[in-house]
Amino acid sequence: MTAQMNRRSLLGLGASLGISVSFLGSQAFAASEGDLAKKKLVVVICRGGMDGLSVSPPVGDPDYAALRGSIAMKPEQVLKLDDTFGLHPELKAVHALALKGEARIAPAIASPDRARSHFEAQDVLETGASGVYGADTGWLNRTLEALAPIRKVEGLSVGATAPLILRGKVQAASWSPGKGVDETARLPTLLQDLYRSDPLLGPAFARGLETETMAQQAMTAMAATPAMNEMAASTPAMAQPAGMSSTMANDRQNRAGSEAARKLGSTLGGFMIQAGGPQIAAISLDGFDTHAGQPGQIATRLSYMDAVLDGLHTGLGAEWKNTVVIAVTEFGRTARVNGTGGTDHGTASTGLILGGALKRGGIVGDWPTLKETALFENRDTAPTVDMRGLFKGVLADHMAVDRALLESKIFPDSAGAKPVAGLV
Amino acid sequence: MMAALAVTRFGLGARPGEIDAARSDPQGSITAQIQRSGADKPVDDADTAAQRFTWIRDYQDARSTERALNNAGGSERAPSTLMDTRLQLRDKIQNDFLARARLGANTPAAFRERWALFWANHFTVSSTKQITFAMIGPFEREAIRPNVFNSFENLLVASSTHPAMLTYLDQASSIGPNSRAAGRRGGKGLNENLAREILELHTVGVDAGYRQADVTEFARALTGFSVGRDNEDRAGQFVFRDNAHEPGARTIMGRRYAEADIKQGWAVLKDLAADPRTAHHVCSKIARHFVSDTPPQTLTARLEKRWMDTGGDLAEVAKALVESPEAWDPTPAKFKTPYEFTLSTWRLIGAQPSAYDRIAPILTGLGQKPFSPPSPKGWAEDAQTWASPDGLIKRMQWAQGMAAAVADRTDPNALAVSALGERLTPAVAKAVSRAETRREAFALLVMSPEFQRR
Repeated sequence: MTAQMNRRSLLGLGASLGISVSFLGSQAFAASEGDLAKKKLVVVICRGGMDGLSVSPPVGDPDYAALRGSIAMKPEQVLKLDDTFGLHPELKAVHALALKGEARIAPAIASPDRARSHFEAQDVLETGASGVYGADTGWLNRTLEALAPIRKVEGLSVGATAPLILRGKVQAASWSPGKGVDETARLPTLLQDLYRSDPLLGPAFARGLETETMAQQAMTAMAATPAMNEMAASTPAMAQPAGMSSTMANDRQNRAGSEAARKLGSTLGGFMIQAGGPQIAAISLDGFDTHAGQPGQIATRLSYMDAVLDGLHTGLGAEWKNTVVIAVTEFGRTARVNGTGGTDHGTASTGLILGGALKRGGIVGDWPTLKETALFENRDTAPTVDMRGLFKGVLADHMAVDRALLESKIFPDSAGAKPVAGLV
Repeated sequence: MMAALAVTRFGLGARPGEIDAARSDPQGSITAQIQRSGADKPVDDADTAAQRFTWIRDYQDARSTERALNNAGGSERAPSTLMDTRLQLRDKIQNDFLARARLGANTPAAFRERWALFWANHFTVSSTKQITFAMIGPFEREAIRPNVFNSFENLLVASSTHPAMLTYLDQASSIGPNSRAAGRRGGKGLNENLAREILELHTVGVDAGYRQADVTEFARALTGFSVGRDNEDRAGQFVFRDNAHEPGARTIMGRRYAEADIKQGWAVLKDLAADPRTAHHVCSKIARHFVSDTPPQTLTARLEKRWMDTGGDLAEVAKALVESPEAWDPTPAKFKTPYEFTLSTWRLIGAQPSAYDRIAPILTGLGQKPFSPPSPKGWAEDAQTWASPDGLIKRMQWAQGMAAAVADRTDPNALAVSALGERLTPAVAKAVSRAETRREAFALLVMSPEFQRR
């Protein structure tokens, strides 16, 4: 199978899973920056309000079973982490990493937003502001902006639409699998002329063309490796009949979806290890809004997430040791099961922190417990960690971003969110 | 210039001759499209939501039976029948979408269609559940299109009581914790999804100052709003389940609702429709959709005033939009969504998509998969989302493919004039006229900043 066909199948893959990928690139600083140029950060945004009590069920918490009722998991069903927590049975790869000290949970993490609105909370997560409308640019983009005078970092986003976390003054590139650009056509050059004085289309199109060139090189290089050939040879199983939603998929298709997600993760990993490849990536996973019939839905979504993370781990190969991955959601869900076998919008959820760069350790942040008096507004898991603190800690300790810039430019008004220290 | 704006900004892009036809009375050409009876219906199988509901239930039952047989190690299954059903269902859904796209590509009343698309997106129903997916076409035909020039209250009630919305946002199975049904069905109870999204997205908006308690109280008021099951007379239709309704008075945003049964939910919807915060929230959205991602405050104010003066008469609000000078600013500020972009390309050549597969892959590739907005908020409509580097590359590739298929039979210079009228700039006219081939000229026109915007 050619690289081009493989990329085409990936396009269908991302769309059918509701997955889009974005990454930021740092161009060839290996010589001058040494180890710093090898550090990699991946942010996974789980959209829809991911239920933390399903991601890492606190089966050892005495109040868990009663609150969760019909959707509670039994201690023997979960993948054990410690006396209190397990992981959802679909998070097999994450669990294997956790046993090696390369995955940890933050079981009560939240953004500073408390409105329980998906859209407001996702904005706050992506802008890094202290409240909604606090900023109109993304904190990853401001990271690039803050780093620009120190070391030139390029932005690259892969996916059909531009995520807020990457929007801002720095023109982030974007890419998704497609047909490639016919380099013999005059059209791209003519369009660049036509867009010359267009502040929106000019920079965006130029960046798109650059990225296509780089992506074609990367895909060609990857197609030459045995691992990539093996992946390419497997069936393009993500292809569901057009017009059928993923929920029409049966178990067999769910497994195929997981394989597709794994392939997406390993492809991203493959990009990140290219010379001049991206150092920072963001992936979106949709479909976590589980108001009814939650157990089946979340199992499918978590199996996809596990597969993406597993693929990323494989694709990064030896570079896994230089990597930190953070998976967060805009808010958690109610501690109690609702009337339709699901949960409604809540507050704190579980964040996952993974990577070979991670130090071994227990849970990140305190566990507030599920005692009735401990619940936030007698309803949700109470937050003990502000996710901006996690982001700040990882940017400072892993990516070596200047602390003063973190406080002033990237996460303004976040003095109350202490950087989480000692993760790497 | 007014004629070009009438057709490209308020419509879906010019078909050949359309700008000329609007020249004598640009505003009148739009207001003439406003009609009480609502927006046009796509030409499709005209299945009702109830028929689709029954269809899906039969299919799901057949699948369960098949599974049970297989698990019992029983006879060889007969997969062909089930697969046939599944393919038929897929065809129906795809035909719903294709029929809508063809209406958009063909209609001379393109403002009417844009207005309908705006409301379908405002009251988003997405493909996340199989049962909902099959009812999206009927939802637009039954709840949205007939009501888009009606009162907002009627539109809100039609949306909030349609089986597609009731299943999409889980209202159909929400049960009052102290209702009679709760006693019989252990573990069943409240689901606040629809109540929250009506407040946040459909009516007053997230800044309106309501609290969690208001959401929960509204969810209690809505208990009983449901969909008839297969063994009931009204299978697949709206039903009010008295025995699932939470008894007692409710207090929502400081107002007390003592009404009984279905009248309680209705009373709340009526008040929400009349709330000035709803007028503000929805009129801001209309201004953003039609005019600019950051519309002038004066425009929003005009729309709001007409809304409040007429009790939310959407025909009047549409007229107010057309009569607003801000809406005729000659600088095009809106970047077309993928759906608008592809439809306007078909309109440019006076054609329509011949098959679902002629339109679905490009929309999916550009991030606007048919009938699958990512959340109840619907599709984004801002340039920042859609004018991504990758999005522009994908548009260019598609324009090249379209050019290869159709451009050899066109006169690109004439197309540029018929597509953009007075909006055609010298730079674009020159680029088109200097192109080496018809295909190159066609792709340049479609990708020009002027054609990409409206």
